[in-house]
Amino acid sequence: MKVKVLSRSAEESTRQRSNDIHKIQRNLDPSLHPFEKAREYTRALNATKVERMFAKPFVGALSGHVDGVYCMAKHPKKLDWLVSGGGDGDLKLWSLSEQKSIWSTVGHKAMVTGVSSFLEGERFLSCSNDRTVKIWDPTLADLESDSLFGSSSSGLIGSSSGSSGSNNLITPVATYSGKNAFSGISHHRSDNMFATSGSVIDIWDHDRAEPVQTLNWGVDTINTVKFNQTETNIIASTGSDRTIILYDLRTSQPVTKLIMAMRTNAIAWNPMEAYNFMAANEDHNVYALDMRKMDKAQNVLKDHVSAVMSVDYSPTGEEVVTGGYDRTIRLYNARQGHSRDIYHTNRMQRVFAVQYTMDNKFVVSGSDDGNVRLWKARASEKMGSRDYRERAHMEYAEKLKQKFANVPEIRRISRHRNVPKSIKTATHRKSTMINSRKVKEDNVRKHTKKENLKERIPERKKAIVSVKK
Amino acid sequence: MVEKKKKDPVLAVVPKYARGNSNKALEGVNKLQNKKLKGSIKSREKQFKEAAYKAASAEILLTEEGGYLEPEGVEKTYQLSQRALQKEVDISTAHKMFTLDLKFGPYSIDYTRNGRHLLIGGRKGHVAAFDWQGGRLACELQLRETVRDVKWLHNETMFAVAQKKYVYIYDNTGLEIHCLRNHIEVTKLDFLPYHFLLASVGNTGYLKYQDTSTGKLVAEHRTKLGKCDVMAQNPATAVMHLGHGNGTVTLWSPNMPTPLVKMQCHRGPVTAMAIGHSGTYMATAGLDGQLKLWDLRSYKPVQEYYTPTPASSLSVSQRGLLAVGFGPHVSVWKDPFRTKQVSPYMNHLQPASAIHDVKFVPFEDVLGFGHRSGMSSIVVPGSGEPNFDALEANPFQTKKQRQEMEVHALLDKIQPEMITLDVGMVGKMDKAPIQVANKERKEAWEAEHPVEAKELKFKARGKNSSSRRHLRKKAKNVIDQKKVELLERIENDKKERAKKRAGNPDEPHTALDRFSGKKRKL
Repeated sequence: MKVKVLSRSAEESTRQRSNDIHKIQRNLDPSLHPFEKAREYTRALNATKVERMFAKPFVGALSGHVDGVYCMAKHPKKLDWLVSGGGDGDLKLWSLSEQKSIWSTVGHKAMVTGVSSFLEGERFLSCSNDRTVKIWDPTLADLESDSLFGSSSSGLIGSSSGSSGSNNLITPVATYSGKNAFSGISHHRSDNMFATSGSVIDIWDHDRAEPVQTLNWGVDTINTVKFNQTETNIIASTGSDRTIILYDLRTSQPVTKLIMAMRTNAIAWNPMEAYNFMAANEDHNVYALDMRKMDKAQNVLKDHVSAVMSVDYSPTGEEVVTGGYDRTIRLYNARQGHSRDIYHTNRMQRVFAVQYTMDNKFVVSGSDDGNVRLWKARASEKMGSRDYRERAHMEYAEKLKQKFANVPEIRRISRHRNVPKSIKTATHRKSTMINSRKVKEDNVRKHTKKENLKERIPERKKAIVSVKK
Repeated sequence: MVEKKKKDPVLAVVPKYARGNSNKALEGVNKLQNKKLKGSIKSREKQFKEAAYKAASAEILLTEEGGYLEPEGVEKTYQLSQRALQKEVDISTAHKMFTLDLKFGPYSIDYTRNGRHLLIGGRKGHVAAFDWQGGRLACELQLRETVRDVKWLHNETMFAVAQKKYVYIYDNTGLEIHCLRNHIEVTKLDFLPYHFLLASVGNTGYLKYQDTSTGKLVAEHRTKLGKCDVMAQNPATAVMHLGHGNGTVTLWSPNMPTPLVKMQCHRGPVTAMAIGHSGTYMATAGLDGQLKLWDLRSYKPVQEYYTPTPASSLSVSQRGLLAVGFGPHVSVWKDPFRTKQVSPYMNHLQPASAIHDVKFVPFEDVLGFGHRSGMSSIVVPGSGEPNFDALEANPFQTKKQRQEMEVHALLDKIQPEMITLDVGMVGKMDKAPIQVANKERKEAWEAEHPVEAKELKFKARGKNSSSRRHLRKKAKNVIDQKKVELLERIENDKKERAKKRAGNPDEPHTALDRFSGKKRKL
């Protein structure tokens, strides 16, 4: 008789020296791992709870502006830099890593309506209601004020805090004056060229005192203008007559004019897909538009309960941050219709400017209360370096959360947010209104003769009035 | 010459690791309108396929081969005695055949999930816990009262003992750490390791679940079938099976006060029960001398065997061997579920000592059994799973690993509400129509928000009249003319009303009659 009996020796299955790692024998046979799904569900539930427990997105408030912050710009190459313009003409350059101002000046006599930084060097532009556009060089200004830039930030703070005395030293590199107040500014990706909006769109050359081109399509006031950073000759602008107009600089001609139901406040171009952009609208929604097919929005980002004042894409083009008149910041997946998170604090007022940082990890907001606030882009993300095991664990938890995302218990926990009462009531009221409108429309449709029945207008077309080419 | 392409040997193993049928999941996907959805379903299925393939190809790392007995010529495996086997095997395996002669029997036994530790409990109060392979005694107790069953909890640091009246929990030094006074006169204990539930059933016929991590009594179900001393857990679903005196087997979960399933299995009392590791097969033995094997998917018998004397205990090994203890005999059957076997795989006789409790050792080719005069251990080649998973149950676990595993097990503890017959239920789409779903939701909400039943007020409307009030106000003990008149009037009125209510039998029934003469309700 042939006999074989299991006989394991402890030497084979255990480590030999205390410095060795333990031997872990695996057998992936499903029968040895019962309750696989139930255990995964438990882990997913725990991971979701932990995520909500650690969701502390607020990093810090950068205070210094006396009036509200109405415009901000990040530097395309420097992670650390952020420029903000205030309501009283103040300009500040912030170091995000140190969370303080490293350069500051009273740049304008009226409200700063736009700032823009550009690829070359460390300069940036600002435009204002005082009918001037100025180019600033923080490093140069500093050299003049005889303190070493970057080496001793306390000296810089000193120079900025003694504002009126030392401000005389900080002079713009160049000043351009126009006939009317400017409402927005955007710099070309690579050329020495920038566009301003006001009563018309002006295209300026750095070396010329007068605009080199003027673009207009029957609009009295242009709110904002944005250069496409990929397809660099395309400009998008929004007018106060509810229009979004696209221009092509190569032909000096407008390309498309889109009239919407309500005014658009801000525009952000998708950094990865040159033809896509987001338009933050007064009707509480953000519309994802494709400049090739403007008759229909590609997506509608809902959830704000008041006008959306600003919008910015993440550098990956996957996420969108918006700031609203309802005193909240919302984060969206660009391809989904509802926000994945909402940020708010007691002291934050109407949010007029938001920016996604270039490392995709933070979000910066500028609001009416004069503070620039720094937030984490993913509320519960752990900052700093993580070792391999922790990373693997996080990825596993993420996958599990995704797998069980639609289980009611998990969905309830992951969607729960404590929001200010005003937002809560406004959301509730808004949903009631929308629902009653829907019910009414359904009733009308139900009781209308078939031949009189009009086609249902899709949600993505509702806000679009007409497109002109 | 064209070289014939060799078939990938891994592909044959892939189905074992595949969860669900990918072809079935992809059915009709191509017809979907939503391109994103189509793409995501397809890519997910591809990932699943890849994962199954990778898991299958990792089988090459499983070096250990299962045990076996291969007869040559006219030899029969069931003729092989332990003594003959002892000569064939290596010395460490030979050490695993032993008998402990103890005089406090009969003994019930239990092994930990990694097969490393053994717990024995003699009816007359002798309890001992030890690392049976290393030969290290953890503790030995003489409790001086009846011990009916013993059970390890989640690891070797704690065990439960069903004593004369209550269930007690001891740690591995023998210190009594808990007395569970809710569990009275328990005959059988079982522990659900992934749910941290200690289940007990006893003379009172109550099935009780105690959460050993929180200490709460999760559920107690009245079986209404009297004293019960046969219990087994389904290792795949955590459903408890109880065998009763009337020959039925009932399946229980902590969430239902009534059994999930009731099966009539035997014509007499059920004496023993065991369930296979995959949870699809159940073996039951009855006092009617039958040993029946059941398919738990259809609840139908698949095989029926006969035991010369009623079987006292059953056990199914990890690789599907069935051990039957009857009288002083233990017989082991190989692959008894799917094919009808004519002869057992192995036989063993424990002379002059009735078998009480047989248990296969996980991850070992060993069968342990408690009997009247002690406890014995025999070698059954091919019973244990050769390749263990160290993150699930590790026979060579260190103290640190045990502690870490305990923490992880607690974090992954499955809630008792999730015990159902269908384990894959969580995360599945509820395909019930919206009306049904809404109704269920409403019922759940109402169950959570009970409305306090208002006590109905007895309003004696119309029972009060001026004459009655007058009577009430009068002195009770004085009878005068007026009072007599009043009483007469009331009496007459009453008669009148009764008469009216009854109606005139001669008068035809009209439509208006429905409003008259009806008795007022409260």
